[in-house]
Amino acid sequence: MDDQYDVIIIGAGPAGSVTAWHASLGGAKVLLLEKDRDIGYPVRCAEGVGAAGLQSIVDPDSRWIANKIKGVDLISPHLKTIHILNEDFGFVLNRKIFDNFLAEKAAKAGAEVLTKAYAESLCFGENGRVNGVVFSHFGRRLSLRAKIVVGADGVESRVGRWAGIRTQLKMKDIETCVQYTMSNIDVKPDVCEFHFSRERSPGGYIWIFPKGDGIANVGIGISGEYARYKSPLRYLEKFVQEHFPKGSVLTTAVGGVPVSVTNRQIVKDGFMLVGDAAHQANPISGGGIVPAMVAGKLAGKVAAEAVQAGDVSQSFLEKYEKQWYRAEGRTQKIMYRLKEAVYKLTDDDLNKTADAVLSLPEEKRTMVSVFKKALFNRPTLILEALKVFKTSITEVFDPLS
Amino acid sequence: MIKIKEALCDFCGTCVSVCPVDCIELQEALIKIDQNSCTDCMLCVYVCPIETLEYSHG
Repeated sequence: MDDQYDVIIIGAGPAGSVTAWHASLGGAKVLLLEKDRDIGYPVRCAEGVGAAGLQSIVDPDSRWIANKIKGVDLISPHLKTIHILNEDFGFVLNRKIFDNFLAEKAAKAGAEVLTKAYAESLCFGENGRVNGVVFSHFGRRLSLRAKIVVGADGVESRVGRWAGIRTQLKMKDIETCVQYTMSNIDVKPDVCEFHFSRERSPGGYIWIFPKGDGIANVGIGISGEYARYKSPLRYLEKFVQEHFPKGSVLTTAVGGVPVSVTNRQIVKDGFMLVGDAAHQANPISGGGIVPAMVAGKLAGKVAAEAVQAGDVSQSFLEKYEKQWYRAEGRTQKIMYRLKEAVYKLTDDDLNKTADAVLSLPEEKRTMVSVFKKALFNRPTLILEALKVFKTSITEVFDPLS
Repeated sequence: MIKIKEALCDFCGTCVSVCPVDCIELQEALIKIDQNSCTDCMLCVYVCPIETLEYSHG
């Protein structure tokens, strides 16, 4: 380890690792810090990813693909199923291996990677601009200089706050989630299930993502707005008791997902935010892997260019912000409005939507038709939704981008 | 004041993400609330996925 880097990235999830990878490819001297002992563990994710989005960043690799998904089932409160077939829907990943693979990509491109490195604060230079990181590593405290610091510390997003950016999420803009990885359960081997119900998962949904071999991630996210009355754990326990009373729980995962629009500010002089830390996840599905990697690639490239140009000012780094908005940020705003509308629907509304879609001939049952029926009284929102489906690689349920 | 049942905590950071005063310190397997800056707003208690935090008098 040196005491001076071009770019120091805090957090080695997909956002941080892809940023490190592309900044290194661009010729920057990069250090990637991870607070935990393992990269990719503990998993705090449903592990679903859309095919197109994933392939825009990396080629699928059998080492970290658990299962290929060929469609989704959307399930109404009265348990009617809308099946949407798509041979190339996406994948369920093994995040532990996937995250390691991305960090390895960064390392192979020249980045230094360090685990058990817990960032404590930022260093500031002239005019209060960020110019380094203080972190502890096995009882030693180190203070290293960097031209650019990148906050990729996930939903907690404390690093952004240290840099003076407000990153706290409103309760209505966070999903609080619990997931069991279960075995001995009877699920379709290549279909992701989404169960919608205001009663059983308020402001969110229950998912079943098969990982192959009779194993699946069974989880729930509910809006923080409703969590004060009952925790997601209790909703999940009830669902599992009703649907899989004989299943075994191999892993329990817990976490929060930002379902907001991108943070108002994601760059400052010598500072950038990426991934969940920047609130870049898809607000309607909660999928954060692809947006994090898309942002990481843009941020990494811009960081390297800034270093090369000798200009790490906010105005230079805003190039990343602009590219993000063009790539995904604008779409995300529409997704957010869809979220706000869809999660207000009552169980009665959801049942009627399902019945209306099921009255269509099978080949017309698409994600677009679902939204058209669900939002029949919001025509302008439907028009916006149509734009989203045409343009985005992180489609609404793609399955979870 | 807000207390953490540390034995139950999964260190997921969901509470940290909503704390309006950024008073929760979280490491790999360590969590602390800075009681001096905590305002007892209860958001962390409500948002915890697995009911790890609670309000307790004194």
